[in-house]
Amino acid sequence: MSRRIHIPRDAAARSVGADRVSAAVAAEARRRGLAVEIVATGSRGLYWLEPLVEVDVAGVRHAYGPVTPEAVPDLFAAGWLEGGAHPLALGPTADLPYLKGQTRLVFSRVGISDPLSLADYRAQGGLAGLEQALALTPEAIVAQVEASGLRGRGGAGFPTGVKWRTVRNAGAGQKYIVCNADEGDSGTFSDRMLMEGDPFCLIEGMLIAGLAVGADRGYIYLRSEYPDAWDTLEAALRIARREGVLGDDVLGSGRRFELSLFKGAGAYVCGEETALLESMEGKRGLVRAKPPLPALEGLFGMPTVVNNVITLASVPWILAHGGAAYAGYGVGRSRGTLPFQLAGNLRRPGLVEAPFGITLEALLHDYGGGSASGRPLRAVQVGGPLGAYLPASQFHLPLDYETFATVGASVGHGGIVAFDDTVDMAKMARYALHFCAEESCGKCTPCRIGSTRGVELLDAMLAGRPNQTNDDTLLRDLCQTLLEGSLCALGGMTPYPVLSALNHYPEDFGLAPKGKEDPA
Amino acid sequence: MSTHISPPAPDGAAPQAGLLPALHRVQADLGHIPDAAVAELARAHNLSRAEVEGVIGFYHDFRRQPAGRHTLRLCRAESCQAMGGDALAEHASRVLGVEFGATTADGAVHLEAVYCLGNCACSPAVMLDGRLLGRVSPASLDALLAEELPR
Ligand SMILES: Cc1cc2nc3c(=O)[nH]c(=O)nc-3n(C[C@H](O)[C@H](O)[C@H](O)COP(=O)(O)O)c2cc1C
Ligand code: SF4
Ligand code: FES
Repeated sequence: MSRRIHIPRDAAARSVGADRVSAAVAAEARRRGLAVEIVATGSRGLYWLEPLVEVDVAGVRHAYGPVTPEAVPDLFAAGWLEGGAHPLALGPTADLPYLKGQTRLVFSRVGISDPLSLADYRAQGGLAGLEQALALTPEAIVAQVEASGLRGRGGAGFPTGVKWRTVRNAGAGQKYIVCNADEGDSGTFSDRMLMEGDPFCLIEGMLIAGLAVGADRGYIYLRSEYPDAWDTLEAALRIARREGVLGDDVLGSGRRFELSLFKGAGAYVCGEETALLESMEGKRGLVRAKPPLPALEGLFGMPTVVNNVITLASVPWILAHGGAAYAGYGVGRSRGTLPFQLAGNLRRPGLVEAPFGITLEALLHDYGGGSASGRPLRAVQVGGPLGAYLPASQFHLPLDYETFATVGASVGHGGIVAFDDTVDMAKMARYALHFCAEESCGKCTPCRIGSTRGVELLDAMLAGRPNQTNDDTLLRDLCQTLLEGSLCALGGMTPYPVLSALNHYPEDFGLAPKGKEDPA
Repeated sequence: MSTHISPPAPDGAAPQAGLLPALHRVQADLGHIPDAAVAELARAHNLSRAEVEGVIGFYHDFRRQPAGRHTLRLCRAESCQAMGGDALAEHASRVLGVEFGATTADGAVHLEAVYCLGNCACSPAVMLDGRLLGRVSPASLDALLAEELPR
């Protein structure tokens, strides 16, 4: 009987050798005359263990990792096909505490199923949401999404149901569903993992959005830095068309939906929804003034839903289980789950899908295992390059949109980047301004010029002149100008990392330390 | 990576809509966007050459001049910084003998800064010609360069 071995095809797993492990497993099995079937899956998101190999033993998956090609003969010798003991053996995958504690709604199949098997997708609950949606009126679909409390996962946290209702009510002409797969935020990779590990889930979410608002065309705007995701999505779209999930007769319903890919070209600002639309129209990615909202005048001037990958990928679960079930998770006005991404200096970086309300402490220590370097964690940036830095005194904070807003921080796309005590926070503040200058679309003066001015100011401060209270004031003024005079969050939120660094770590700027740490 | 790019094809869309996919095709085929292509793309999309130049200039992916035979993109963003990315960047620049944004004298490698490759859980990360690598150390970078670009 052929034995099943699961090895990720996820880009990050491949970046640390999953392909070589796969080849070694195939070669060693051949050498031993054993019949094995290697199934390429997404990643479980336990990245410190990648390449993570799972062996199917009597229907239970046993994990081994991190596996090197050199260890493979040894693993066979240890009888891993029967779950044999070995220094790399981790036991049944589902029992690993890192996975066991999670609430995987959106990521329920990622790392488990073959991403390009529609049969697998169905067997694991896929298409149930779409089938449900096909039986509902558009109004009832929107009502389910509203009841779920789902808010945009791209960063701004705008209620998805409200956006969909606006597009639905915007007349009867051509409308579009655009998936924002630009994932430009550093420290984030959940979109990539989902697209590579469960592409049909995104496709299903976009189909449901189309049914809800009356759009028969969708586009996925994918950043060019993700070639593996491109290939996976392209293959998934081909399968979905062939199997009648997409096309003129969606699942035999007589409804039509076409979906295609659009490749970005390496501009961070094109993740901003209106710049993204400009880019799709073949133009420079300049941010549009709002109004008009993209929901009313979006792609080619037509009503357009622009949603993040994770927002759209949450929708199939919501339709399959009901909006109320989804709203049963989370806290306050932050309902459901967020796939948090643990990155930077952590012992166990990876993906943790959990209900809103989990604390940073739990993520950093219980999941992340503390710093990789063994030194104390000193700062954590939450929510990408425009997110604030939080000191250890704020690690007790629960992650939800409202709590973070009250301390001048943001949850954003759920990226969490940890730094140990060797970090120079003035350098990080300088980096934030440098990034803003590099990626500014150029439309607003504070963002275009002020950011460069800020870099110069910090360079002067860091040139070793202690206690430059005057420069401190100038830097704060500059941040104020950016906060007030920016059309979009690139200029408007760059002050978050800068000011939080300045407020919590003044000593790194050559300023007198604060008397007492902000208790927040 | 596949070179097939689906352009948006809405009914009655502006002719400019196909410009980015077309630029990607030219860049994938030739490694840069030569003068002749600018003129051709302008004509095909009913734009002035200056407008096409403006679009090319806006996006980091497109370049008007040929660069190296290989492109090494090294992530300079936060997560990679937290895991030794700055030291790796200095090392890359030193062993290749070029600054970021420049090509080695023999035309072999173009060294580029990139801000996040989505590989932050395996920081620091680099991408060599579309091949992603994670947990890169100065030593493993040397090995990669020796293996992929024998000089
Ligand atoms: C500079 C900038 C970059 C952004 N980048 C992204 C991105 O990469 N992905 C994303 O989904 N949203 C990004 N956004 C947010 C989008 O503008 C928009 O809010 C989002 O796509 C809406 O989808 P959602 O409601 O599902 O989150 C960015 C915003 C700004 C200002
Ligand atoms: S804030 Fe910066 S990126 Fe945003 S619109 Fe203004 S110039 Fe463009
Ligand atoms: S920050 Fe370097 S890969 Fe994301």
